[in-house]
Amino acid sequence: MTQEELIPLIINKDERAFTIMYDMYSKSLFAVISNLLKETEDAEDTLQEVFVKIWKNIDGYAEKKGRFYTWILNIARNTAIDKLRSKGYNNSKKNLSADNFVHLLDDSNKLVNSIDTIGILEFVKKLKPKCIEIIELLFFQGYTQQEASDELSIPLGTIKTHNRNCINDLRTYLKV
Amino acid sequence: MDTKQYIETGILELYVYGLLSEAENMEVSEMAKEHKEIEAEIISIEKAIVSLSTSFSPLLSADNFEKIKAKLDLKYSKVIDIKPRNNWSQYVGWAAAITLLLGIGYQYTQLSETKNLVATVEKEKTNLQDTLIDLKLKNKQTLTALTIVRDTKNTVINLGGQAVSPKSYAKIYWNKETEVVYVDAAGLPEPPEGMVYQIWSLKLLPQLTPTSIGLLSDFSTNNEKMFAVEKTADAEAFGITLEPAGGSKSPTMEQLYTLGKV
Repeated sequence: MTQEELIPLIINKDERAFTIMYDMYSKSLFAVISNLLKETEDAEDTLQEVFVKIWKNIDGYAEKKGRFYTWILNIARNTAIDKLRSKGYNNSKKNLSADNFVHLLDDSNKLVNSIDTIGILEFVKKLKPKCIEIIELLFFQGYTQQEASDELSIPLGTIKTHNRNCINDLRTYLKV
Repeated sequence: MDTKQYIETGILELYVYGLLSEAENMEVSEMAKEHKEIEAEIISIEKAIVSLSTSFSPLLSADNFEKIKAKLDLKYSKVIDIKPRNNWSQYVGWAAAITLLLGIGYQYTQLSETKNLVATVEKEKTNLQDTLIDLKLKNKQTLTALTIVRDTKNTVINLGGQAVSPKSYAKIYWNKETEVVYVDAAGLPEPPEGMVYQIWSLKLLPQLTPTSIGLLSDFSTNNEKMFAVEKTADAEAFGITLEPAGGSKSPTMEQLYTLGKV
């Protein structure tokens, strides 16, 4: 089922659509949330909160404003950041340079050893360290281009193209 | 700016990441509507980043899905298909089950009825066998009686009714060669309780000498009332008296029912 077919069903509160949506995006969002919130319990609470928000606020989504996935990704990142603040974490947004999403796989207790994951891990090892940093900041943490430029000491004008080249490598590997 | 250049700027990636302003989002959205290749590019970027992030998801327990459903008051779970497509097949199943049950019930009733029928038939058969045996016995008695009556070697002695019972009569069939004696007692009334008819052969000369030749002890059960009694060689007359059960040594003349001369 494509996003275009799924969204009308979600708007109609079709409960099967909820299940499909959850299957399609829950892990992606959980990775983003877990990358920001290191405690499993916090991450799970936040994920639940995110899906409740998505379902209840679906009327606030408009196609002309962007992709459905982008909309829920923003909800996930914002909810996780709110949680960070409410928990009194340090302003981690500036403290994570030594840490990134690749470290999600370091925790052997949490690891999901699917074939896909093992494959992509091999790929990520070959990915340029700069790419991991850029994807970490822009996608996983939602940094603005300016913030990323400052953090990585890359000229502001090249952030977009840097990121595009990294995503192109990923797409070549994934054949999408 | 042509579409290829537009794509190469990397703005579509930021669009998917959700990092553009509202105005920029509207612009990209418009471009995607106008240019299929831009829309296709956006979808591919999204697939790539969703795949990447999904691969980095820590283990996500199924509890989370259940908890969300509970919070949203959703009823259906992953494994249940809420609208079975072939409703009719369900009904056919039920119909088949009910038909089977009815069938079994009907068969059970039939079985009981058949058992009852068999029992009834068995009983009738027994009754018929009893009747048959009875009839065979009667037939045998009748044949015996007929044989006796038809036997030309028999001397027939008619015994007439006497004072105590004038309407009574009896017949004696006596074969003088074999000395066998039969009594036809059809003309005698049923003896009272505790009494029995006793048959006497009589010699008239030089003086009346009665000799008992037997009792009609099974009077009521003998249908033909044809009785075999003891042999006698030299009777001149026969008489029948009513005596107490077991018979008497000499006849009670007041209870002489029939009498006849040879």
